[in-house]
Amino acid sequence: MRLYDIAKIVRSKNAGPFNLTVDLIFEDAKKYETVLKAASFNPFAIAGLYGVDADDVRIYPFKRILAIKVTMPRPISSGAPGDTDVYGSQQHFPLAEMEIV
Amino acid sequence: MDNLKFLSICGMLGYGYPLESLCRGIDEKIDFIGADNGSTDPGPYYLGSGKGFVKNIQLERDLEPALVEARKNNIPLIIGSAGGSGAKAHVDNFLKILFKIAEKNNLHFKLAVIHSDIEKTTVLNALAAGKISPCGHSRTLKAEDVNACTNIVAQMGTEPIIAALKNGADVVIAGRACDTAIFAALPIMRGFDPGLALHAAKIAECGAMCSVPVGANDSLIVRMEKDSFTVTPANPEKKCTPETVAAHSLYEQPNPECFFEPEGKIDMSESVFEQIDERSVKVSGTKLVPSAKETIKLEGAAFRGFRSITIAGMSDPVAMANLEVIESSVRKAVSENLKDIIASENYTLRFLKYGINGVRGIADKSLPLLTETGLLIEAIAPTQELADTVISLARSTALHQSFPGRKATAGNLAFPFSPSDFQGGEVYEFSIYHLMEVEDMAEFFPITYKEL
Repeated sequence: MRLYDIAKIVRSKNAGPFNLTVDLIFEDAKKYETVLKAASFNPFAIAGLYGVDADDVRIYPFKRILAIKVTMPRPISSGAPGDTDVYGSQQHFPLAEMEIV
Repeated sequence: MDNLKFLSICGMLGYGYPLESLCRGIDEKIDFIGADNGSTDPGPYYLGSGKGFVKNIQLERDLEPALVEARKNNIPLIIGSAGGSGAKAHVDNFLKILFKIAEKNNLHFKLAVIHSDIEKTTVLNALAAGKISPCGHSRTLKAEDVNACTNIVAQMGTEPIIAALKNGADVVIAGRACDTAIFAALPIMRGFDPGLALHAAKIAECGAMCSVPVGANDSLIVRMEKDSFTVTPANPEKKCTPETVAAHSLYEQPNPECFFEPEGKIDMSESVFEQIDERSVKVSGTKLVPSAKETIKLEGAAFRGFRSITIAGMSDPVAMANLEVIESSVRKAVSENLKDIIASENYTLRFLKYGINGVRGIADKSLPLLTETGLLIEAIAPTQELADTVISLARSTALHQSFPGRKATAGNLAFPFSPSDFQGGEVYEFSIYHLMEVEDMAEFFPITYKEL
């Protein structure tokens, strides 16, 4: 199943001009755990989707509200020549399309 | 004092808010009004150019009722990152509006203005002394990045705002400030727990964004107590729940369990969120871990040239399928044509193909083409005239460029406008986003007072 179809909220945004953060929020603990424990959901796979180093991908589970935060560097800083998304608010999709297995 | 109440007007002064929300805060007998007026979100242009992100008419509309009410009730008004990016040009523009409102409404008060501009030599000296480190994946700073900046600012913490309030300021207009400093200064000054004050401030800086229905354009009322704080949206149609308030700590933050401010690390890992009435949430358990070294965050935007763009649509399937051929042919023709005027290494030409790779940057070739594609061509060159020239030539060449299998020999592009090309002005890049170790923070944020 696609991550986009499992999560209730999938959104991306800058966290400062050099970082991108993707928030995944789930309706219930089962869905949250499914994604968190899925083999396909790991820093290496995410790094591949975004063209960044796996060492720079951080996954922060936030159980209190059944959320997972994924933070990584932006390849081009916000609004610099070559950027396509100043606010970073349409960069959730490569991750949203990930198959959770 | 066992409690202190304040109102955050809205997420960004200029975005608008219902006047009733401000009045409800006043009815609650708040101790001060605060608002954030800046962000790095809209990109480096605003800091680089010294221009504001919201228009002066928007600012005036939002500022006037807040200033009038603050003076009428004799409570402080604190604005941070005034004018957008908080550099001198932004603060001066903000003050012009403030003076206009004060004169029009015959308001009298003690004004404190806190500047946050940092001299290039200060940064270069700190760099040479090894006192500058990257922040949030910014690159290692080089002297050339510093020299290319038009404006450099530092984010102030609560300290300078507290100093201004202690000196009797009724209105504090701060240059670049941490969002938290605006709202945590007075509570910390009055002896409330700094960890809780900074956490409350972090939530308050976005106005009523921590409530549902979501929106940055409304007010939030915060009540500080000894061991907790409570947040309530001023608008009775909105409500806070433990989930909406806790979820707010995800927003625009790299880590949901903590954040860093000049005062130290704010640890939310043991924070407790409780619903205490239908629309209010009480927060407790947040702790401040003071930092060992005093640092300030620097921001600077380097000038990178001038931009011109053209926008066109395409709907011929063969032309769309050959966009790469069209692009490379146009690049070659422009470079050849302009070789005596500007060398190709001195300008950049970018083709953003909406419907193909405009947002994600990389085209997924396994997907079928849509029936339409939006094409944006951008030129960046050392002068506006050269950028205009490069885009003009790229546009006319792309319109008539031939490619294999072309049947529509009259033109490849559908322009929605005449003129078809637009000037984007100066282009900047955030080149400084770094921490600088300092001995005494106060010296970087000089305060001036004025009686109005």
